[in-house]
Amino acid sequence: MDLDLIMRTTQFLGEAALMTLALTAGSLVLGILAAGAIVVARLSRWTAVRALVAAYVSVMRGTPLLVQLFVLYFGGPQIGLTLSPFAAGVVTFGLNIAAYMSEGLRGAILSVDKGQTEAARTLGFGRLATMFHFILPQCAALMIRSLGVNAVILIKGTALISTIGVVDLTYSAQRIMTSSSQPFEVFGIAAAYYMLIVFGLTRIMRLAERRFALPDEARA
Amino acid sequence: MMTPMVELKGLRKVFGRLEVLRGIDMSVDKGQILSLIGPSGSGKSTLLRSVNLLETPTGGEVWLDGTRVNADLKGLAYERHVNGLRREMQMVFQQFNLFPHLTVMQNLTIGPMKLLGLSKAEAEARGEELLCKVGLAEKALAYPARLSGGQKQRVAIARALAMRPKVMLFDEVTSALDPELVDEVNAVMKDLAAEHITMLIVTHEMRFAAEVTDWAVFMDEGMVVEEGPPDRLFSDPEHPRTRSFLRKHLGA
Repeated sequence: MDLDLIMRTTQFLGEAALMTLALTAGSLVLGILAAGAIVVARLSRWTAVRALVAAYVSVMRGTPLLVQLFVLYFGGPQIGLTLSPFAAGVVTFGLNIAAYMSEGLRGAILSVDKGQTEAARTLGFGRLATMFHFILPQCAALMIRSLGVNAVILIKGTALISTIGVVDLTYSAQRIMTSSSQPFEVFGIAAAYYMLIVFGLTRIMRLAERRFALPDEARA
Repeated sequence: MMTPMVELKGLRKVFGRLEVLRGIDMSVDKGQILSLIGPSGSGKSTLLRSVNLLETPTGGEVWLDGTRVNADLKGLAYERHVNGLRREMQMVFQQFNLFPHLTVMQNLTIGPMKLLGLSKAEAEARGEELLCKVGLAEKALAYPARLSGGQKQRVAIARALAMRPKVMLFDEVTSALDPELVDEVNAVMKDLAAEHITMLIVTHEMRFAAEVTDWAVFMDEGMVVEEGPPDRLFSDPEHPRTRSFLRKHLGA
C-alpha cells in the first residue's frame, strides 16, 4: 500500500468525480423529462404515436449504450450534428435511461386499479384531471422508486464517456494508473467515489419516496 | 308527454366477436326505480356502463333527460360533452372504487369542488349532510382502508350523491359484500328510493328488487326478454326463460 499515492489519487479523482456528477445530473434531468414525454406518448390515443415510441424504447433497450454513444458522437457530424464529448454523453445517457425510466413510470401507472379511473371518469373528471388528481398521487412513490433504480444504473453507465476523452472518474483513474502502475489502489478509489455518488443519490430518492408515500392509515 | 330521464334506442355493444347487447330499447321516467335482472353474462352490467359511456356503444342511442349522451362528436368536443353529462348520472360500483389516498370527506368533496365549483366549506357541508344520511358522520376523517365493505359502499353512494345527479346507476353494489353487511347498504338504497331519485339497479337480489323497485327488466343474452312491475314479473312471468331464471333465484 502506497499511502502517498492513495492521498494524491483521492484528491485528483475528487475533481474527476465532479465531472461524473455533472454528467449524471445532466443526463438525469434530460432522462426524467424525456421519460415523462415517452409515457405521455405511450398513453396517447393515437396508435401511430404509441407504435413510434414503443419502437424507440425497444431500440434504446436493445442496443449497447456504448454503441449509442459512438453513433451520436462519431456518426453525428456526418449528418451535421457535431456535439462536444460532454454534450454527446448527456444526450446519449439521458435518452437511453429515459427508455428504461419510461417503462418504470408506465408500470407504476398501470399498477393503479382500473376502478380508480372508472370512478374518477364517472364523477366527470377528464383524462388529464384523472391522471393528476387520482392516478399519480397513488403511484408517485412507486415511480420515484423505479426512477431511483434507473438513476443508479445511469451513474455507472457514465463511465463509458471515458472512451471519448471526457475527464471523468474512469478516465482519470486510467491516466493515473498508467503513470503509477498501481491499478488496484487507483481503481479502488474510483470505485469508492462511484459508491459515494450512488449512496448520496439513493438517500435523496428514498427521502422523496417517503415524501410521496400514502399516509400509514390510508394503506390497506 | 314527459321526456324520459333515460332512454335507450337500439343500443348495441360488441366486444370483438361477442355481441353483448343486441338492440336494447328502454325508457326510464323521472323518479322511476328500475331493476335489471338476469343471469351473469346477460349484458345488464354492460348496459348500465353504456348509459354513462364507461363502455362506448357500438350502435344505437343513449339519451339523458332530452340530451343525446353518445353524441355524434369527435375528439376533444366529444370528451367535453361526455365529461359534462357524466356528472349528472353517478354510478356506484361493485368494488366500491373509493379513492384510497383521500379521506372519506375528501372522497365526497373532490368532485363538487373541482367539477361543480363549490367552495371547500360548501362541499364539506354537503358532504357532512350526506355522511349523516348514510350513517357515517363519524368517519369523515378516516381513510377508506379503515372501513368495512358495507361502510365503503355507503361512502361510495354518498360520493355519488354529492354530485346531485339526475340518475343513480347501481352495478351489483352488494355482490362483493359479506352477507351480514348487505342490509346496511340496502337500507340506504331504500331511503333513496323513498325520495324518488331516478335509479337503475343491476342486482342479483330478487327480494330487494321486488321490494324497492317499481319496474323490473329481465335480460338474457343481450336482449330484454320480459319486463313489468316486479310483483307481476316475479309472481307470474310469461316467458319460459324468465320462469326458469326466477325459479333458481327466488328459491334461494
